[in-house]
Amino acid sequence: MTRMETLELIYLLCAVCFIVALKGLSSPKWARQGNLIGAAGMLVAIATTFAWPGLHKIWLIVIGIVIGTAVAVPAARMVKMTAIPQMVAAFNGVGGGAAALVSLADFNLSHRSAGIGTSAAVLFSVLIGGVSFTGSAVTFAKLQELMTGRPVVLPRQRLLNIVLAVAALVFVIWGLAAGSMVAAVLLCLAALVFGVLFVLPVGGADVPVVISLLNAFTGLAVAASGAVLRMPLLIIAGTLVGASGTLLTQLMATAMGRPLTNILFGAITAKPTTAVAEGATDRSVRTGTVDDVAILLAYARRVVVVPGYGLAVAQAQHTVHELAQLLEQRGVEVSYGIHPVAGRMPGHMNVLLAEANVPYEQLNEMDEVNGRMGQTDVVLVVGANDVVNPAARDQPGSPIYGMPIIDADHAQQIVFMKRSMRPGFAGIDNALLYDPKTTMLFGDAKDTLSKLVTAVKTA
Amino acid sequence: MTETTLGLLSIFVLSVFVGFEVISKVSPILHTPLMSGANAIHGVILVGSMIVLGTGHGAATTILGFLAVILATMNVVGGFVVTDRMLEMFKGRGGASRRAVEPPAGGDRP
Repeated sequence: MTRMETLELIYLLCAVCFIVALKGLSSPKWARQGNLIGAAGMLVAIATTFAWPGLHKIWLIVIGIVIGTAVAVPAARMVKMTAIPQMVAAFNGVGGGAAALVSLADFNLSHRSAGIGTSAAVLFSVLIGGVSFTGSAVTFAKLQELMTGRPVVLPRQRLLNIVLAVAALVFVIWGLAAGSMVAAVLLCLAALVFGVLFVLPVGGADVPVVISLLNAFTGLAVAASGAVLRMPLLIIAGTLVGASGTLLTQLMATAMGRPLTNILFGAITAKPTTAVAEGATDRSVRTGTVDDVAILLAYARRVVVVPGYGLAVAQAQHTVHELAQLLEQRGVEVSYGIHPVAGRMPGHMNVLLAEANVPYEQLNEMDEVNGRMGQTDVVLVVGANDVVNPAARDQPGSPIYGMPIIDADHAQQIVFMKRSMRPGFAGIDNALLYDPKTTMLFGDAKDTLSKLVTAVKTA
Repeated sequence: MTETTLGLLSIFVLSVFVGFEVISKVSPILHTPLMSGANAIHGVILVGSMIVLGTGHGAATTILGFLAVILATMNVVGGFVVTDRMLEMFKGRGGASRRAVEPPAGGDRP
């Protein structure tokens, strides 16, 4: 066996580790081991590469790795769980950038002799990787609130997009026909600009869909780089990620009840609408006291907590878990009903609750919760609004019509914890707030929850 | 490497199917760690970056390759660390009660 064959065999093993890592995520029980297996595979792949025939500049490689590690480890260790989406965006962006750079660098060596297939892979990787790099940077800025979370549409953006697309096409054809390095560099620049233009018009609430899409982009860019370098390991790993990003993007779009094109390009094509909350605001709501709600909860048989991002903003995860534990001690069956888009990316709310030590058995998906909603005594909605708005089910004219929701209105009683009557992200009125079955508890979620905990203790 | 274009294409097509198959079985509870874990996996571009930097010649290739190694390392290391931090928190009923008495992890404070 030659040295090259040995390397390839080890790489194959590493690719299997990556598949096992993703497979581990099918249950929270094995997920962590899976991820560690993936990390081990990665470590082996990197170590093995040092034995690559004719590898020079080892010291430069080591310096690069040290710098990268020194930047990434503190960032990854310090990041707050509420800020995970922008962290994922950042790490995704640098990966896309790396893929584009690898292809460019390789093309720089081989462009005169490269076949049309290789040139195509290079250009694809440069284009997609570049878009992912700047797109992720803008996503990061939006979520980190370094810039406005509102959709930003530049003047004449449609024209600008078309010009850019035509330019990119010209560079691609030029690059394919002449194997020109200049074309590849120009394409890279166009991709960088396009990444910015692509994400700017997307609103803050829709940005998670973009993260997921850019994740798929980076995966495919890596796979294309793998084709350039003729390395199956990169192709397998990149394609796996491409598949995962694509599936998650689809899933998110479904959970939001909107087609992907509307999420991405809605702001560019939309005519300005005045989002006036429909329905009269003179309808009365029933405001309850903490003691009323404590009694309601303490003597219920089954309680479902529906958490929204407001819960995380108020840092109330621990308090809600304390309340749940207290109720369970009294024999109340408590579970959490998690909407797929609760939080800032798919599954984000689960991470936030897991951080507060909520056992994963209690984290239920929307469908599970909805199936038993008829037998639920109290639904406690904390910092959420749109995800329980019945308008999504029965008002065809509503902007959120068609979005799957948690059927809180099918329960016996509903308790809303909100700061004010302000509508949610979608900016529309929620008829459930005025329902006779609904009790409102106004105030800071954490504050109200701790008062509830005290009140339940004495109930 | 010695792979033919057709061979590489076969690997790609089969990987698409494996990817969809494996990912569609991922528990929705873990979708955020999935995104972050997948993110770490595409950091394998580090291997490509190392090869381009280490076997290339000329100033341009060296600079591009060196930048790629730095970016890819951030992707790989950050991705796995953040995913591990998340997955560590997912505990079943047994684990949760044991951990409930501990203060929250130090790294989570601002």
